[in-house]
Order: sequence, then structure tokens, then C-alpha cells
Amino acid sequence: MTPMPRYTWPAMTAHWLIAALILVALPLGWYMHDLPLSPTKLRLYSYHKWIGVTVLLLFVPRLLIRLRYPPPAPLPAPAWQQRIAALTHGALYLLMAAVPLSGWLMSSAKGFPVVYLGLLPLPDLVARDPVLGDWLKAAHETLSFTLLGLILLHVAAALKHQLIERDVTLWRMLPLSKLRSAQAGKAQFGRK
Amino acid sequence: MFALPRNRRAGLASALPGLLLVLGLGSAQALEFNQVQADQSKVSFVSRQMGVPVAGTFAKFSGTLAFDPAQPTLAAARVEIDLAGIDAGSQEANDEVVGKQWLNVKAFPSAQFVATSVEARGDKGYTAVGKLTIKGQTREVRVPFKFRQEGNTGIFDGGFVLKRLDFGIGEGPWSDVSTVADEIEIKFHVVATTAKQ
Repeated sequence: MTPMPRYTWPAMTAHWLIAALILVALPLGWYMHDLPLSPTKLRLYSYHKWIGVTVLLLFVPRLLIRLRYPPPAPLPAPAWQQRIAALTHGALYLLMAAVPLSGWLMSSAKGFPVVYLGLLPLPDLVARDPVLGDWLKAAHETLSFTLLGLILLHVAAALKHQLIERDVTLWRMLPLSKLRSAQAGKAQFGRK
Repeated sequence: MFALPRNRRAGLASALPGLLLVLGLGSAQALEFNQVQADQSKVSFVSRQMGVPVAGTFAKFSGTLAFDPAQPTLAAARVEIDLAGIDAGSQEANDEVVGKQWLNVKAFPSAQFVATSVEARGDKGYTAVGKLTIKGQTREVRVPFKFRQEGNTGIFDGGFVLKRLDFGIGEGPWSDVSTVADEIEIKFHVVATTAKQ
């Protein structure tokens, strides 16, 4: 039996690494921003920014991996589903960069330089400007909620394929050998 | 200038050199800078939070100064900073920093610096040595500064590193220096003019 086309190791690594970073940064941001000022709050803000900058740093390699190792052909599915999938994935790529970028801009505008890992000062993207700072805060929050929404949609779709269609969609993105035995089941594979 | 009657001038001849000195005619440098221009002066600081430099200022301060560049070691200075006017970088920080664990501004509304001596250090400028009192604690500090003169205006630029824990600034959980560093850079830019003689 020919092995199932799947995502390559670089693609899987990039996917899960960035997913893990985002899945920590999102709840951390939501939890920390309402805290009363304390040393803990300052620490959490720093960790949140360090994670965000890391995601931003990984964005270009992520894109390059996508270009160098294209994903396997989409599994047979109604056109509207394939379109939504493509749009969602595209939007996730955009937000992966836009969310941390808006955060960095906001930090600059509010007069707090970003110092990566507490060691490497990053340039201020804009000058201190309280009005702009408030606007960027709203932008960062809106973009973050949008990202969260799309992640939930993305996860829901993956689970739909796993539990309802019972196809290899999720398996293709998992670094497990289960993919071979999934072929024996109701999995549909191959190009249309 | 004094108008002296003719028959008095001969008697004052021996006092003339001293008189000329006092009037600043004997030496071009015998100027005393003692009129602080508060609106052109600035006292600011930088604290470090998890490696991030956060700038702040003190909006209100006053003081007296007497500095003659020809006789720097005779200089005197006294600065009083109204701590309620502190801007620590954000509203949240401003609310926190005046509290009991930080500056405790209710009990100690101002910080004072009194210079006890000034040393001239050649082209490195000067160093004022004095006593700094914050939150009821007094410590000796050395404050290097540079001075330049533009006509009747003297410009003093200097600063020093304050160790906040020496003064109990940031107590309890805030005494953790990995969150807010112990060292606070204080900088000042003071403009003073000479008084009318």
C-alpha cells in the first residue's frame, strides 16, 4: 500500500510549535490585562510579549516552509468547504503576524519599549502617543479575538473530519504512524 | 555705579581693587548662577522593569543654587522635589508609586538633596557630594555633573544612580529586583541665570 500523503516534518513542527505559543499567549493576555498592578502582572506582561515576538520571528520561516514544502492535496470535499478551509488558513497566516505586530505597536505607543527576553531591546515602531496607544490596544484585542475565533473554527473542522467524516485530515498533521492503519478504514485518499 | 564726591575718591583708592572684584570688574568669571529657571529645567528618571527602560519625570521641584564657575568648591545647592508630581510612565504606575510600599507620599511628600561639597574634576566636569533624603531615609550621594555657560545662563546636566532599596522604595513583593531593578537612573537638566548685581 502506498503511504498516505501527509504534511512534512518541517511543516508539522512549524504548525504545532506556533500553535503552542499562540495557545499560551492568548489566555495569558486575556488573564493578565485586568490584573491590578503587581510584580506578577509585570512578569506576565513580559512573558506574553516574549511569546508574541517569538511567533512574529517564526512567521517568515513558517511561510518559507509552506512554500518549500507545500501541503498534501486537499481531500475530496464540497467546494464550499474547501473554500472556507483555504480562507481560514490564509487568515490564520495573516493574523499570526498581525496580532503580535499590533501588540508591539501598542507597546511602543504606550511608552513601553519591547525588550525581547528582557535582554534584546527592539526598536519602538511608533513614538509615544497615548491616543494612538489606546487605538492600537483596541486593534490588538480585536485581532486577538478574531484569531481565537478562527482557531476554534479550525479545531472544530479538524474534529469534524476526525469524528464525522473519519478521514485522515487530522492524521496528516500528526507526527504519528497511525496514518498507515487509517488507510484500512473508511479513509478516502488519493487525488480526485 | 556709585557717584563719589571728588574729595572722597583718594581715600577709597586702597579699597578699589576689592571693590572692583565685588563688582565683577576685576575678574570676568566672578558670576554666581543662582536664579533657577524651573520652567526650563527638568528632573527625570529611568527605571527598568524586566529589562524594559521606563522613563518618568518629576513635574514639580524647587531649589536654591549658588554656583560660581571660578570658585566651584564654594558652591551650594538645595533641591526639593514634590513627589506627588511624579509621572512614572503610566496611570497605573502613578497610582501605585505614591503608595505606602513605594514613595509613601502621604507621609513623605518631598525628597530633598543638600549639597555639602562640590569637587572640580577638570574636563570631566564636577561632582557634587551631598545628602539625599527620601521616605525618611538619608544617604550620601555623589552626583557628577557638567556645567556650561551661555552668557548669563548656566546649564547644569548631570545624574546619578539611585538604589531604590536603600530608601525602602518598593517594599514587600516589590523588593524583588528581578521585576523592578534596584538601580534607578536619575537625570537632571537645570538652567540658572546670574542675579542682577
